[in-house]
This record gives sequence, C-alpha cells and structure tokens, in this order.
Amino acid sequence: MTDAVAGLPPRESKVIKYLKGMALIRESVVGMIGLGLIVFWVVMALLADLLAPFPPNATLYPLAMPGQFVEGMGTFWLGTDHLGRDILSRIMHGSRAVLIFAPLATFCAYVVGIPMGLAAGYRRGMTDAVLSFVANVILSFPVLVLYIIIIATIGASAVNIVIAVTFASAPGIFRIVRGLVLDLRSREYVFAAETRGESPWRIMLVEILPNARGPLIVDACLRVGYVIITIGVLGFLGLGLPPPDPDWGGMINETRQMAMSFPHMTIFPCIAISSLVLGFNLLADGLREVSLRD
Amino acid sequence: MSTKQEYEGPILECRNLSISYFTRAGEIPAVVDFNLTLEQGGSVGLVGESGCGKSTVAMAIMQYMGSNGGIVGGQVIYKGRDLATCSEEELRQLRGNEISMVYQEPMASLNPSMTLGTQLMEVPLCHEEITEKEAYDRAVQILADVNLPDPERVMASYPHQISGGQQQRVVIAMALLSNPSLLLLDEPTTALDVTVEAGIVELIGEIAKKFNTSMIYISHNLGLILATCDRVNVMYSGVVVESGSVEEVFDHMRHPYTKGLFSCIPLPGTDKLAHPLVPIRGQLPLPHERPSGCYFGPRCDFFEAGRCDQAMERGTTPMHEVTGRAGHTVRCERWSEIDWESYKPEGVVAHPSERGHEVLSIDNMRKYYELTDNSIGAMISGKRVRYVKANESISFKAHECETIAIVGESGCGKSTFAKVLMGLETATDGDVMFNGKDVAELPVQNRSPEQVGSMQMVFQNPFDTLNPSHSVGAQLARVIRKFGVESDPVKIENRVMELLDLVKLPRDFARRRPRQLSGGQKQRVGIARAFAGNPAMVVADEPVSALDVSVQAAITGLLMDIQHTYRTTLLFISHDLSLVRYLADRVVVMYLGQIMEQGTTDEVFAPPYHPYTEALLSAVPIADTSIQKKRIILEGNLPSVMSPPKGCPFNTRCPRKIGDICETQVPPFAEDHPGHIIMCHIPMADLRAVDPVIVQVDKDKSAAE
Ligand SMILES: Nc1ncnc2c1ncn2[C@@H]1O[C@H](COP(=O)(O)OP(=O)(O)OP(=O)(O)O)[C@@H](O)[C@H]1O
Ligand code: SF4
Ligand code: SF4
Ligand SMILES: [Mg+2]
Repeated sequence: MTDAVAGLPPRESKVIKYLKGMALIRESVVGMIGLGLIVFWVVMALLADLLAPFPPNATLYPLAMPGQFVEGMGTFWLGTDHLGRDILSRIMHGSRAVLIFAPLATFCAYVVGIPMGLAAGYRRGMTDAVLSFVANVILSFPVLVLYIIIIATIGASAVNIVIAVTFASAPGIFRIVRGLVLDLRSREYVFAAETRGESPWRIMLVEILPNARGPLIVDACLRVGYVIITIGVLGFLGLGLPPPDPDWGGMINETRQMAMSFPHMTIFPCIAISSLVLGFNLLADGLREVSLRD
Repeated sequence: MSTKQEYEGPILECRNLSISYFTRAGEIPAVVDFNLTLEQGGSVGLVGESGCGKSTVAMAIMQYMGSNGGIVGGQVIYKGRDLATCSEEELRQLRGNEISMVYQEPMASLNPSMTLGTQLMEVPLCHEEITEKEAYDRAVQILADVNLPDPERVMASYPHQISGGQQQRVVIAMALLSNPSLLLLDEPTTALDVTVEAGIVELIGEIAKKFNTSMIYISHNLGLILATCDRVNVMYSGVVVESGSVEEVFDHMRHPYTKGLFSCIPLPGTDKLAHPLVPIRGQLPLPHERPSGCYFGPRCDFFEAGRCDQAMERGTTPMHEVTGRAGHTVRCERWSEIDWESYKPEGVVAHPSERGHEVLSIDNMRKYYELTDNSIGAMISGKRVRYVKANESISFKAHECETIAIVGESGCGKSTFAKVLMGLETATDGDVMFNGKDVAELPVQNRSPEQVGSMQMVFQNPFDTLNPSHSVGAQLARVIRKFGVESDPVKIENRVMELLDLVKLPRDFARRRPRQLSGGQKQRVGIARAFAGNPAMVVADEPVSALDVSVQAAITGLLMDIQHTYRTTLLFISHDLSLVRYLADRVVVMYLGQIMEQGTTDEVFAPPYHPYTEALLSAVPIADTSIQKKRIILEGNLPSVMSPPKGCPFNTRCPRKIGDICETQVPPFAEDHPGHIIMCHIPMADLRAVDPVIVQVDKDKSAAE
C-alpha cells in the first residue's frame, strides 16, 4: 500500500538481497571449492538414510578391507571396523552430529561474545576493564586443557560440548567484536544516533553491529572449522558424543589401536574431518577475498 | 651537492598520456590525452574536482601505477628520456634522486617508531657515499631550510612529538634532501589548518626560488594554485579542459567548466543576496559513463547538439589554441563564439530575511574535562586532578532565522561546544537557554522528543554520516518516529518523501543504500535527517568542507534555502572564512576554547580586528587575482589545551603582542559597536587604525598608472 502512495518500485525482499550479496562468492575459486566441500557434506548428512549402503550401527562383517565384496551383503567401499560396522555408512551418518553441533556451538559462542564485545567497545571504562579482564583470564588457559576440564566436570554430552565450546570461544569473539566496535563507535552516524537520544543498546545493535558483520561472518566460518576439530578431538579423547552413535572423533578413538594393521579405520574419518574443516577455511578465505575486492 | 648532469630544456613533458585502471567492471580510462610541459624552475598546478585524475597523473609521472593501473598511450619524458624505456633499477634511482613526491597525509610518509633524524639521514646515507656526520649536517641544514625552529631538537624527536604542520615540513625536507629536479605535491596542505597551510604555501614558494626545483602542485583549491603556481591545468573527468598561465586562466577563462568552477566559490565579491554562488548542474560522470564528444556536454550551458557531442578521434574534443594568447589552450568547440564578458551563470537569488525572536542564549558557559593524573610526580605534588578547559566563558546569542558562524582551527573547542548544545556532554558552569529553557545540564536522554528534534546536527563527513547498513528511507523514518512527528507508517512514509523532495533528491532514493549515493547526495540526506523534526536550530559542523566545490555551492544553497523557508537558526561551524563571509550574518571567532571576537560579518571582516582574526583572514587562499592580502604567518604551534598559556590564550603566537600584560592578565572584552566584541589588551583606537587585510585592487587602473 505504502509503496503505491509513494509511487516506488516494490521493495526487494531482505532475504533475496542477502543471498545476492552472498552469491558474490562465485567470483572466488577458492571460496567455491570450500563451498562445494561444505555442500557435499550437508547433502551427505541430509540424505544419509537414503545414500548409506548399510545401517550405521549394525554389526555386519568385521575387519573388511576397503572395496571388499562380501557375498550376500554387498561392497564395503571403505571397509568395516573391528565390530563389523560399515565405515562409509558411519561416516555419512556421523556428519550429522558435526554439522549440527559445530555451527550450533559457534552460534552460541557468538550469542555470548557479541553483546559482551559491544558493551565493552561502546561503553569502555569500567565495563571494558572488567570484561576484558575476564576474557584474558579465560584466554590464558590452553584451550584443550580448558575443554577437558569443563567436559570432565560437567560430563560428556552433546549439550555440554556446546557449553564448553561457548565458554572457550566467546572470549575470542569478544575481542574481535570489541576491536570492531572501538573503530565504528566514532562514526558520525553513531554520533547522530546519540544526538537524537537513542538508547545505548539500540545504537549497539542497530547502528554498530550490522556494520561489523563482514569480518564477523569470515571469522564465524573459520571458527566453525576450529569447532569441528575440537569436537573431533573431544571424541578422540572419549569426551565426545556417547557411543554407539557414529561420531568422527569417536571413530578414530575406537580404532586407533588397530591403526597400524588396519589404517583405513582411522584414515577415512580423519579425511572426513579435514575435508570439512578445509571447506570452512576455504570459504572464509573466499569471503575475505571477495569482500576486499570491490 | 650531487652529481646531476645539467639539462637544458623542459624538465618534464607528458605527451598525449592516457592512463587506465583495470577492474572487475573492465577498463576505466582515468586520464585521457594529457599534455604538459614543465620548464626548469617552473611550477604547474593541476586543479579539479575529486576523481578527475589528478593523483593518477602524479603516479604515472612517478611510473608507480599500482597493481591494476597502466599507461595505455603516450609518453612521460623526463629530461629528454622516455620513462617507459627505463628499467626498474633506473626508475628507483630517479625516484630517489631526481623526482620526489609529497602526499596529503604527513604521517603516511613518516615512520612512527624512528626518530626524524634517523629517517632524514637514511636517504643520503644509503644513496650516496658520505659519512654519518655529513648526513647529519645536511639533515639539520635542510630542516633549517624548511623553516623549522630548533632543527637539532626536531632531529631527536619522534613524529608524534611534533605538530601536523611541522610533520609536513619534515616530509617536504625529506623530499628535498636529494635536491630533486622535480617535486610533486599532492594536496600537501589539505590535512592542515589554514594558518599552518599559509606557512607551508609560503615555504613552497621559497623552495622554488632557492633550489630552482620544478614543481607540480595538485590541489582542488583554486586559491592555493594562485598562491603557488605560474601555470595551471584545469582537469575535468580525466581530461585537461583548460591550460595556460595562472593569470590567463583566472582572468580570461575560455572554458565553460572553468567559468563554472569560479562561480561556485565564494570570492570576496560574492554576496548571497546580490551575487549568489552558482552550482554547476548535474553530476560528474563516472569514467565509463562519459558522453561522447565533450565530456562536459551534459552540464554545459552552451551545449550544441551535433557539434559538442560529436564522436572524436581522440575520444573527446581536441585542445584548441586560444588565438592571440600564447600558451592558452581550451578543450571547447565553441570557445570563440561565447560572449565571455557578459556570460554570468544564473543563480538563485536569496531573499533577505528578518531575524526573529531569540532562540539561543549562552551565558558564560564553561566545559572542563577532568583528567586524573596517575603519575608518581602528580601523586607527590598532590595535583592529581587536572582540568582541560575545552570551553571557557562562552557567551553569545542567536535569533530565529539567523546564521551564526563559529570559526576556528582544529582543537579550538568547536566540537565540544556542539556536544554541550546537543546534550551529549553537560556544561560545567553557565547557562545555555534554548527556546526559553536551560539545557546546559540536561543530557540528551532527559530531553523531550520535541526538544531533541528541535535542535539537530548536520555532520562533516558525507561518507560517515549515514549508516551504510540501512536504506536512506529507513534512516529518515527512524528519525521521524523518534521525534514523535508521526507514528502511522503511511504518514511516516509520506513524510520521508516530503523530506527527499525538500532536499531535491528523487523519491526512489528512499530505497537506496548510502553507498549508492555520491558525497553530495549523502550530505543532502544528512540535511533531510536534521530537518526531520522541524528543528528551531540546526548545528552544521563543517557541512561542506569534504565536498567538491561545485557540490559545495549546491549544498550551501540548499541549506540556506531550507533555513529561509523554515526560519531555522543555523549555527555554522567552519574554518573556511570565505564561505563564512558569504553566508553568515554573525561570526564568532574561537581560539583555544575561548571567543576572541564576535560581531556581524561586516564588522568581523573589517578593522578593528582581533589579531587572531587578522591572521586567519590573511591565511585564507583566495582565487582572485585582483585581491591583495597582507601576509601574516603565525609562528609556533597551537598550544595544548592541557596547558593553555596564562593571560591571553593567543599570546604565544600573537604577532601584535604588546608586552608582559598579555602573558599575565586575561584580556578584557572590549566592545567596538554594541555586539562587536574583541578580547584583547590593545586599545580599541589602535585596532581601528589597522589596515584591512584583504583589499581589492582595480586591475585596469593599476595597469594604467
Ligand atoms: N586503483 C584504482 N582502481 C580503479 N580505479 C581507480 C583506481 N584509482 C583511481 N581510480 C579511478 O580513477 C579516477 C581518477 O582518480 P584519481 O585518484 O586520480 O583522482 P583525483 O583527481 O586525484 O581525486 P581526489 O581529488 O579525490 O584525490 C577516478 O574515477 C577513480 O575512481
Ligand atoms: S564543447 Fe560544447 S559542451 Fe563542451 S564545453 Fe564547449 S560548448 Fe560546452
Ligand atoms: S591580548 Fe596581547 S597577545 Fe592577546 S591578542 Fe591582544 S595583543 Fe595579542
Ligand atoms: Mg588525489
């Protein structure tokens, strides 16, 4: 209606605009490779039930080698593990956990880190001093030790992994956001908002945060990669998702004693982890490249 | 000094130079068909609006085109050698020894972590075989040559320990160290205050004489070109449109664009009532959207279809010699047909406006910032809290429909003053009566929406004034809602459209993002935003200083127009005295947080002057050859507000200081006429006897004598 009053062309939907912005990634080869890897794993996760040749937790035929054909069952393209479970099917199903919990944990870390960074960067003074101190204390622990302490204390479960990742990553995000805000807060549009008496949180969330989104999106991609590694490491240490559901890190852990004689049991989950991490890193590189170009 | 072979003939020649950048969007022809001849000891100015290719020419002369730029045609010939044939090594030698460049930002050329001495000695030490002692002596000598007091101390300082003007002097000294034959200066004073600029400009003139250096001086300011150069090239959208000696081009311009440029700048003869500024209509075309034929065609009053827009062999109209005027060329097909004497671009004549009731009354306002000093020395002496006196005893009044200019250099407390008015800071002492209510201690959160809406600001930096993440319409709508002007979405939308109409922007700009707007368009939105709440007063903080002159004229005109319609009070903060003289009714001159002089524009621009006003006036570059100015160069630096001088704040730099009294006693507010107040110890009679700073000499008469 209002558009008719003003005689304006219809508004372009926000989502479409955003997607158009995102589509610029096409111009970066590296970014496209990264995106391809991620899409590959997302498809795997979504269609695991259809695509996986075997049920992931079924004991079928122990110690099959990759590509081995077993009469009456079919081909184990990536072999089976010591309990006779098909590795390909487990990897495909395992991608679900990673692709749900890694982005979720990263998201939670941002939900905590962003407001802290905004408050510290915008208000400065005492707020900044206290928050920065807390962040520095947390950051001064070796990350892995921190994870182990947390998980060991609160127990191993999917939710607790999210909590641990949030706790350990939020300070890093806090620092990045704080730095960006310190720069953006002196812009004249922020000053203009202040002179019309906007509330501080509105200024932080509406005036400042959207302008920090570029670097934050790149950082988020990298961070999802780190979190995937973290989840893998926690799984490897036996602190990951409880068995028997497939979990890439856990798969490596369960089979590591046999790695010398049956390398395929550990190598394929490792490749899965690295390829997904690589995908996110390349995407981050691509996004940075595209955003720098103009 | 060095072993440069003597060379007769022009130092530098550019022949039909064309330079392009290669980007995602394809080839951008940044400069087309550029010609220039620079004689030994000569100085050529390149003047033009932002993006017309001035810096690109400079970089091409340095053969330093970055990753995506390239010379696509023509030659750069330095002392008879085509630079395109030189190897990288030879070019490095040339750049070190023969051609030097000075950039706008002094800090970009200085390393913050090394002493200036080390940086100055580095160059000769690595290029020539000399001892450390010789290098040191030479550096000290060159610092003395650029008129830096106490060169030894400067040698031992780090860049941040000296002021911006001194930094630029050091950069110029560095450029002169190798005794170059050619000095390129790209807007060397744009980042500096006017009084500091005046010193640098004088220095540049001296260098040309002392070292016989040839210079290319790049600026957007015609006044500075007049002060520094003997020839000038006026550039427009990648081409030189007019070239000739400075006197020729300034007094007998033969290109409609040059004429337009001069009509955009407030010269002493302009007056908002009788001779208003005339903006050039339309916008500068982007390099890939240039029209065929004459690039200025769509904006030109003399455009003739079929002739001006004819496709040309070189891509644009060729240069024509102006007959009878040696060395004067113009890129216009019709230059000889235009009646230049009677051609005066039409401006919108403003109407005088009656000033109304009192809107703002500031009485003895002070703003001190408290600083806690945690050093041990401060703890021992017990003086832990220090005050920064950002504003001291500010008193003045503003009426409805009046334009008050606040003039002063950076750090004089203008921004603090604006913050107190807007309620972002509260005054330490004194009254700020706005519409009958004291708002001195009322922070913006405690003001009512009407109060907030009735006093708004227009900001300086067009690239920063709008939030890049939100559409223009959304930003205006937010302001309307916030000030409680409207609350119904349809009415808000309508009001947004009205505001866009008000600032003469097309309505579909409401959907646009700020980055799709030019600087001038953004500033228009900034003005619309300030006027959204029907303000009684608008504070404009340098609203046009970051814009091109032709855009400046349009924005100033718009601002005056809206102000007149709504009878708004305008507080115009500026350092540009020419502009102030053009549009202000009254002027307040500030220095170090205090008002030195205030009065009506005519009173302030004529004797009696405060000595600081006098220096400011003489520092303003004026692009008019018939103007003669007194030359007053202020010595020393702006003192820090942390430790202002005792007595008169101006006493450390005042050329008219009368003695100890200036250092011990705060000067009285002396009144010349009622309302014209000067804060100085010099008796009013003596101040009245001072000669005017700016005098218009009648050229024809003085020529006849
Ligand atoms: N690296 C680059 N890549 C692409 N285009 C460029 C590049 N540098 C400059 N340009 C374009 O070339 C044209 C000339 O730019 P240039 O910087 O020479 O202008 P200028 O006259 O020095 O402007 P200003 O007064 O703003 O310094 C402009 O249209 C600009 O957008
Ligand atoms: S060539 Fe034509 S359009 Fe271009 S400046 Fe001359 S008269 Fe104007
Ligand atoms: S009081 Fe003295 S120092 Fe101050 S401006 Fe007047 S003459 Fe100069
Ligand atoms: Mg430039």
